[in-house]
Amino acid sequence: MKNEFLYFALRNRKLRLGLSVVLFFLLLTFVGPLLTDYDPWGYIGAPAQPPSAEHWFGTTTFGQDVFSQFVHGLGPAFLVGALGGGLATLIGTAIGFVAGYRGGWIDEILNMLTNIVIVIPTFAVLLIIAAYLEVRSFFIEAVFIGCTAWPWTARAVRAQTLSLRAREFVDLARISGMRASKIVAFEVAPNMMSYLVMVFILQFGGAILNAATLDFIGLGPTTGISLGLMMNYAVLWGALQLGMWWWFVPPGLAIALIVGALYITNVGLDEVFNPKLREK
Amino acid sequence: MKRYLTRKLAIYILTFFLAVTIDWVIPRFMPGDPVQTMLSRANLRAEAVEVMRGYYLKAFGLDVPVWRQYLNFWVAVFHGDLGVSVYLFPKPVSRVIMEAVPYSLALLIPATVLSWIAGNKFGAFAARRKWLDNTLLPVGYLLNATPYMWLGILLAWAFGIALGWFPIAGAYGFDRTPSLSLGFILDFLWHWFLPFASLFLVQFGGWAIGMRNMVIYELEADYSQYLEALGTPRGLIRRYAFRNALLPQITGLALQLGVIVAGSVVTEIVFSYPGIGYLILQAIQNQDYFLIQGCFLFIIIGVLLANLVVDIVYIVVDPRTRRGMMGES
Repeated sequence: MKNEFLYFALRNRKLRLGLSVVLFFLLLTFVGPLLTDYDPWGYIGAPAQPPSAEHWFGTTTFGQDVFSQFVHGLGPAFLVGALGGGLATLIGTAIGFVAGYRGGWIDEILNMLTNIVIVIPTFAVLLIIAAYLEVRSFFIEAVFIGCTAWPWTARAVRAQTLSLRAREFVDLARISGMRASKIVAFEVAPNMMSYLVMVFILQFGGAILNAATLDFIGLGPTTGISLGLMMNYAVLWGALQLGMWWWFVPPGLAIALIVGALYITNVGLDEVFNPKLREK
Repeated sequence: MKRYLTRKLAIYILTFFLAVTIDWVIPRFMPGDPVQTMLSRANLRAEAVEVMRGYYLKAFGLDVPVWRQYLNFWVAVFHGDLGVSVYLFPKPVSRVIMEAVPYSLALLIPATVLSWIAGNKFGAFAARRKWLDNTLLPVGYLLNATPYMWLGILLAWAFGIALGWFPIAGAYGFDRTPSLSLGFILDFLWHWFLPFASLFLVQFGGWAIGMRNMVIYELEADYSQYLEALGTPRGLIRRYAFRNALLPQITGLALQLGVIVAGSVVTEIVFSYPGIGYLILQAIQNQDYFLIQGCFLFIIIGVLLANLVVDIVYIVVDPRTRRGMMGES
């Protein structure tokens, strides 16, 4: 069974492509800072220089090294993605399991809560919280994103749990006197594992995009560098008008490639887990 | 249908209640003190600080018990009184917002509706057509993964600076005043096009991909296979598949509203387009808390109304909701 998935996983072009792009950027996150001696904030060279052997991605209007900012900004993106996406998956799954398995008034209340959080535009809430917090960190950003991004996951997991709950093997477990938490953990969850993995990947990508948006309007972490912040500075300090493409192209391209690769990985995984979708 | 609508309405009213409460709670119970921030910025002498503090507390209505403040806030909200903007003093926040709204809507509504229609049509067309499908997938996913501001920056740089075809700032030329003349409208459209295009493109990718996946799913469904076995023309089967796939896409539109609003905010910032998004940036940079609160409330109300419209469309499109065959959403 496992080998069959592995066989199709290795043969799936989308999965291979998506994973290699993500791994490439992950590698760059760790290796990149070793390749440059420049401090991401240091004024180390002539301002507004195009890419050269000295400065691979050129310099900003202040003479900061763009490559150094770029590789130091990749880490926070992955961090917020993993943390925020992970938290959102966790909350969504937990609420989905409880609502779907318990049913009754607990389901009603959780469903109401989910529907409310779905309707409230996440971004607006993040905006008003971030605006009033004077000191912000990547950790806080990730937690906020995680706490607001879970509803669609909860809804999907609840629907899946509902259908699984009606299966015979779950009934059997219940008759044998298993505790509800154990049934969910050992009978229901394993049957949704592939789905949960895909949910996490989508949440991961969503968290990266959310963080970039917040950083871009200046509500990101108050210390440290990030890809969204780079674009913020590029726009504020006239990179557009001066035609300094090397300043704003790398950060956005990295985000688009990472998140796009995650989405494509997801499609690939879907095909691996779901034989009906495999290419004919 | 009644049950469906009342359920939805109950959620919207609860959400509105919650949103107003958030809008009231966060400024008061977050670490940090806006009044203190304003006082320390003013750089006053010690005695003056006390006087000013008393004045601000009174001006912001902070000198009455908390429950009273909360009630007062509700009364003010229903009167459309969102306070006075600090950054555009002494303009009331509600006026500042109302002046920005038309620009935001002029971007948002066409970009969202057109990209939804075009994306769905194109996605359905591309599904299971080898060449188109193979190009749509990577391009669509990449577009969908593109941060809104980045596509905006790229378009502004390519078509605004490098080619010089379009202006990249403002909603109309500095030498013009808004009027209904042909010259102004053309100038407005000229400024409008790039931000519109960047909003349109990112969303287009998402809808096209969503539709493509749904249509393939529907084409695999039993009813499609059955029709195919009967020898039904492929075009007809695809049409059925499209109609079935459209329903989740409508739900998807409601789910995406928040993301779309966020996207339009950053797009406006890139193009210095004088809508709500640009206003938010100004409010943040000038620590204009009333303006931030007003924009928050306004976005919530806008998204709630949009949700309501989507629900009504859903009722029109899906007969099951009308006949009460669906207990819940």
